[in-house]
Amino acid sequence: MSRFPELTALALAALIATPAAAQMGLGREATPEEVAAWDIDVRPDGLGLPEGSGDVATGEGLYVEKCAVCHGDFGEAVGRWPVLAGGEGTLDRKDPVKTVGSYWPYLSTVWDYVHRAMPFTEGRSLTGDETYAITAYLLYLNDLVDEDFELSRETFLEVEMPNADGFFVDDRDAVEVAEFSKPPCMSACKAETTVTRHATVIDVTPDDDGAETSETEAPVETAAVPAPAAAAPEAPAGPDPELVAAGEKVFAKCKACHQVGEGAQNRTGPILNGTVGAPAAHIDGFKYSRAMTEAAEGGLVWTEETLDAFLEKPKAVIPRTKMSFAGLRKAEDREAIIAYLQSLGD
Amino acid sequence: MSDDSDKGPSRRGFLGAMAAGGALAAGGARAASDPLITEVQPWNQLLGEGVDETPYGLPIRFESDVVRRDVPWLTADPISSVNFTPIHALEGTITPQGCAFERHHAGAIELAKPDYRLMINGLVDRQMVFTYADLERFPRETHVYFMECAANSGMEWAGAQLNGCQFTQGMIHNMEYVGVPVRLLLEEAGVKPEGKWVLAEGADAAGMTRSIPLEKMLDDCLVAFKANGEALRKEHGYPARLVVPGWEGNMWVKWLRRLEVGDEPWEQREETSKYTDVMADGSARKWTWVMDAKSVITSPSPQAPITHGKGPLVITGLAWSGRGTIRRVDVTTDGGITWHEARLSGPSFSKALHRFHFDVDWDGSEMILQSRAIDDTGYVQPTKDQLRAFRGENSIYHNNGIQTWLVMPDGRVENVEIS
Repeated sequence: MSRFPELTALALAALIATPAAAQMGLGREATPEEVAAWDIDVRPDGLGLPEGSGDVATGEGLYVEKCAVCHGDFGEAVGRWPVLAGGEGTLDRKDPVKTVGSYWPYLSTVWDYVHRAMPFTEGRSLTGDETYAITAYLLYLNDLVDEDFELSRETFLEVEMPNADGFFVDDRDAVEVAEFSKPPCMSACKAETTVTRHATVIDVTPDDDGAETSETEAPVETAAVPAPAAAAPEAPAGPDPELVAAGEKVFAKCKACHQVGEGAQNRTGPILNGTVGAPAAHIDGFKYSRAMTEAAEGGLVWTEETLDAFLEKPKAVIPRTKMSFAGLRKAEDREAIIAYLQSLGD
Repeated sequence: MSDDSDKGPSRRGFLGAMAAGGALAAGGARAASDPLITEVQPWNQLLGEGVDETPYGLPIRFESDVVRRDVPWLTADPISSVNFTPIHALEGTITPQGCAFERHHAGAIELAKPDYRLMINGLVDRQMVFTYADLERFPRETHVYFMECAANSGMEWAGAQLNGCQFTQGMIHNMEYVGVPVRLLLEEAGVKPEGKWVLAEGADAAGMTRSIPLEKMLDDCLVAFKANGEALRKEHGYPARLVVPGWEGNMWVKWLRRLEVGDEPWEQREETSKYTDVMADGSARKWTWVMDAKSVITSPSPQAPITHGKGPLVITGLAWSGRGTIRRVDVTTDGGITWHEARLSGPSFSKALHRFHFDVDWDGSEMILQSRAIDDTGYVQPTKDQLRAFRGENSIYHNNGIQTWLVMPDGRVENVEIS
C-alpha cells in the first residue's frame, strides 16, 4: 500500500471492494464458434474428443497415402523422421527407440498430435474420423489392437498404452539437489587428471571454416539465380527474374522434402534440378511410387502444363503419388515455382 | 592482415594466425615500423558510406563468421530443426536477436500484427479474444531472461562429441523482453477457482502446445512482444511469444495464440513423447521444467583457439540458473585439481545469463579448462559423471554438466572428458 500514498481511504476501499483484480476492459468475449475453431486439444481422459470413429483398414489406406512417405510403411521411419512403431523393451538400453507403442503414455496424445500437426506439410487437414482411423492403424502397427479394431470416442478409454506407468514427476529437488549443493572443493581436489574422451575422435562437428562454406555455397547461388541482366538481351527468353525470386520464396513449402542446386541430394522427395522438360521419375537413385513410375512409362513429361496441374493438386494427376503435399491453390504460386525450377541447372 | 581479417578463426586458418601472433609476440625488441601506421590507408583517405546507405544495419562483413549454425545430421530436415547461437564469438550478456538460436517444429512463420489474435478460454468467467493492439494497452514489464532449450548439450550425454561450444552449449540466448504479465490477461478473463493449469498454444503449423501450472503463469510469465528494444524476430515468435523465466525453452510458445485454463494437464506431444528424460532403468522423468545451474567457458574454446601465444590471456564464459542469480563461478586450468573464483562482470539478473572473466598469464603449456557455476540457492553445477550417476546416458534433456576444454600448447582447443 505504501506504493500508493496518494490514494485516499475511499479510493482504497473502492479498489479492495472490486471482486478479484480490477479489469482493464480490454479485448472482447470470444464467440462459441471461435472457441470451437481453436480449442481442438484432447486430454488423457478423452475430454475434447469429437464424435466419430475410424477402423484399422481405413487407417492403413490413409497412412500409406499421407504418412508413410516420412514414417515408412510400417512406422519404421525414413531417414531421421520419427519412428512410430516397435521399440518395446529398449527403454533401458543404449539409444532407446521411443515410439507410440514403446514410450507414449497416453493415446490422447497420438490423436491430438496427428489431428493438430500432421501430415507434416499439411497440418489440420484431417477430419475427426480420419484421425480416429490413423490412430487405430498406429495402434495396430504397434500390435496393440487387432486388425478389425475400430477406434471411437466410446472405445478410446479401453485402449491400454504399454508405457502408461513409465513416467514419474520431476524429483530432482528431492533426489539430486542435496548432492549437488555441497560446498565445492577448491584445492587439492584430486591427485591428477587424465583425458578420457576426445570429441575429435568422433569427428561429427560441422566444418566451421568460413572460406570453405562460401566455396560450397557460391555455386548454389549462381545456379539458383538467373543469368544477370547483361546476358539477357542475346539469351533466349529465360524465366522472368522477379518470377524466379517469387518462386524461390514459394519453394520454402517444398524444402522439407526436396533439395535443389549443386550438391542437392534425394531426401524424402527427389532432387528437382532440371525437372521442367524432363520425363517424370527421371532422377536416378530415388525410389518413386509405383504410380509415378507407371505414369513415366506412360509418357508423362513435366511440361509447364503438366507441372501446373500436378502442383495444383498432386493426387488429381497421380492418385497414388508418395507426395503428401496438398497442392498450391494460387495459380501465381505455381507459375512462380515453375519459373524457379526452370532457372535451376541440371 | 586486413586480407585475413574477414575470415575469423577456423581450423584451417589457425596456423597462419599463429605465425602472425608469434611475430607480434616478439614484443620487447624494437619492432619494424608498421605500414598500417606509416602508410596512408584507403580508409584514412577515401570517404565512407553516408547515413542514407543502411536504414537497418547488419554486422560489418568482417564478422560474417559470427552466425547461427546447424548440425545437419541431427534432424530429418531443416524446417523441424534447431540451430545454435555463436556463443564462442559473443561477449557481455545480451544475445543479438539476429544470431540467437532458433528451434522450430514447423518452420518460422510470418504472422502480421493485424492478423494476430490471442484467445483465453477454458475455466474462465469470460472467454476472451485480444488483438495485438489490445496487448499494447496492458501495463508492461521489462526483464532480462535466458532461454535455454532442454536439449542443450543433449548430444554430449554419452561423451564428448561436438567440437565447439556453439554446438555443445549454444541452444541458449539471453534477451531483454518487454511484455504483458500473463497474470493481467488471465485476470481480464477471470480464472475460475478450479483452474490449475494453463495450456499455451502457438499459431504455427505445429500448433505447439505445453501445459504450464497456473501458479507459474501467475508468478512471472510474460506475453512478450519486444526483445532487445525492438520487435521480436520472426524466428522467435513475432509478434508475440510466451516467456517462461528459468524453465525449458520448449515451453516458451512462439506465435502464442491461445491460453486455455483447465483443471488437469493436457499431456501433449511435447510433454510426453518429447521433453521427458529417460533414466537408466527405462523409466522417465516428466515435467522437468526448471533449468539447473550451468556454465561454459566460451573463449578459449574449440572455435576460439588461442592465437597470440603465451602471456596475458582472457578466459571468459557464461553462467546461468533457472532458480535465480549466479552467486559465483569457479574456473580451473588443471582439470579440477585447483579452482579459482572468476570475476562476474556485467549485470546479475535472476534467471538471466551472467558473464564471467578469469584473466591469466598463460605459460604456453597444456591446460584443462573447466568452469563451475554456483547459484544463489547454493546449487553447484555437477560434473557430467555426477549427472550420469543419477540419470544414465539416455536422457537427452537437461544436461547441465561441467564442460571440459583441452588447450594444447599451440593454442588449439578440443572438447574432451577427463577422469
